[in-house]
Amino acid sequence: MPEIIVCLKQIFDLGQIRVDTSTKCPLTEGVARKLSDFDKNALEEALRIKEKHSGKVIAIIYGTKDAAKEALAMGADEAFIYQYTEEIDHLGIAAILAGSIQQLKYDLILCGEASIDEYSFQTGPRLAQVLGIPVLTYARKIELNDGEIIVERELENRYEVSKTKLPALVTVTKEINQPRIPTLLQILGASKKSITEMSPMKQEVGVKILSILAVEMKRKEVIVKEIDELAKVILSEK
Amino acid sequence: MILIFSDDNETALEILGKGREIADSMKIELGAISFGNEETIFASGADKIYSINIASSSDHIVEVISNLNDQYKPEIILIGGTKLGKEVAPRIAQRSGVGCATDCIDCSIEKGHLIVKRFVLGGRFLETLRLLRKPLIATLLPGKFIKKVDKTRNGEIIKIPYNPVESKVHILEVKKKAPQELKIEEADIIISVGRGLKKKEDIKLIESLAQALGGAVGCSRSIAADLKWLPEERWVGLSGHKVKPKLYIAIGISGQVQHIAGIRDAKTIIAINNDPNAPIFKACDYGIVGDLYEIVPKLTEKLKKQV
Ligand SMILES: Cc1cc2nc3c(=O)[nH]c(=O)nc-3n(C[C@H](O)[C@H](O)[C@H](O)COP(=O)(O)OP(=O)(O)OC[C@H]3O[C@@H](n4cnc5c(N)ncnc54)[C@H](O)[C@@H]3O)c2cc1C
Repeated sequence: MPEIIVCLKQIFDLGQIRVDTSTKCPLTEGVARKLSDFDKNALEEALRIKEKHSGKVIAIIYGTKDAAKEALAMGADEAFIYQYTEEIDHLGIAAILAGSIQQLKYDLILCGEASIDEYSFQTGPRLAQVLGIPVLTYARKIELNDGEIIVERELENRYEVSKTKLPALVTVTKEINQPRIPTLLQILGASKKSITEMSPMKQEVGVKILSILAVEMKRKEVIVKEIDELAKVILSEK
Repeated sequence: MILIFSDDNETALEILGKGREIADSMKIELGAISFGNEETIFASGADKIYSINIASSSDHIVEVISNLNDQYKPEIILIGGTKLGKEVAPRIAQRSGVGCATDCIDCSIEKGHLIVKRFVLGGRFLETLRLLRKPLIATLLPGKFIKKVDKTRNGEIIKIPYNPVESKVHILEVKKKAPQELKIEEADIIISVGRGLKKKEDIKLIESLAQALGGAVGCSRSIAADLKWLPEERWVGLSGHKVKPKLYIAIGISGQVQHIAGIRDAKTIIAINNDPNAPIFKACDYGIVGDLYEIVPKLTEKLKKQV
């Protein structure tokens, strides 16, 4: 019976982030937070594996209790959460995750291929590297059988079907499944499940963020009325 | 030394162009891990080639680059930001206990520090990062940097002994994606379609327009991921392909931020949409409000006559 760990990150709802017109910095105050999309695909996949093979699904979440409740309502059995107020990067995140995972029993670790706020693709590969376990990235299909995992990965010009022994780490794409939306009953039921707050140690950083500034997009925004005119524009721009 | 690697040859040559520039400004050498034709690698800027049979297994690539790092202690390692590149770069960085920045669209040296830029927060913001400790590791976005060829250049080839590590991963099958699925990143003209299309058969309309202009067909996420009317290779956007054509025509595409994030580098964007309030009209150079089923066939006819 597989023990599956899913790593999730709580992020700002990107559509709600506004720009400070004077500084060009993102304004995140009051912006709703949610679990990052592909991380939810990872959780959904873990739940489907559990439905088939039984076992247990543990969610480790960089975020608040609300994020934990969302994961538990979807069906995770147990959640660990951590927050970190000082500067942190993927180096530190991988160390924190590895530190907590090393104290747990696991056969499979699932992560989203990237978080949709940073799109770095780093957490899964780094975590596998610290734990010294095989990693299969960009999975669009996963099959578990007898201590082994078979994964169909999507690369630029090919699909690759690969096999490795458990324990292993797999990062998933959003094509792998459609995450479930918990029912009211599941949301209520989740309140009985355990949420453990972790207190990570101070981590070393490898990168320093100098600025995050809105990208100026200057387009002409000319509306043409006639198809003839449109054709002329196309011919002059091609 | 700056060390360069990409599993994609074109990307490797592009990065060599950028690497050469940085190497000159720092007065250090540029080394490339061999990938294909050695003359081309020297012509594209390398001083040294570390020649090794790179297998396509990422475990092996991590091992090879980490060993070169231990032996030669490069200041900077630049890796092509292919999918494989974005897997191996963070692994190498984690092994060395350093940071790493992926999908960089720019990198430069300021006062001896490597400064990189990358898009974040749905592509609406540009993040500027400084890498703090050597080796400074970054993956560079394919198609973003320009190759520089100087056929008179030459260099030294260093053979690296081949010690295959046993990969923990066994590849059972590789399924090539179909050949008509041409790389959309390379197209000069892209005619892209979205949810405004009512049925799969109507893609013909878009294809005829693309044919009239000698362009490639692209699409929004909905068309590739949800409806599966076009293969994922055609999917443009933040989580699809980032394109940089001279001309991008968005037909029946609302213009959500995630789609726009993929076409930022297009020179000219044209929109056809029946909703005058569609966000695409705020993100295009030229737009026409109307039914695509009326506009596209007429436009195709006109262009056929004139092209
Ligand atoms: C994490 C994440 C990543 C994403 N990544 C991407 C990505 O990479 N690429 C991407 O495209 N999307 C992406 N999306 C989805 C994105 O938010 C939008 O949902 C998507 O782009 C909408 O596709 P669309 O414009 O085809 O459809 P819609 O938004 O439904 O727009 C259809 C448009 O067609 C117009 N229309 C309808 N009928 C006609 C007609 N007869 N003639 C003319 N116009 C007509 C409508 O006015 C409308 O504007 C992502 C979303 C998330 C959350």
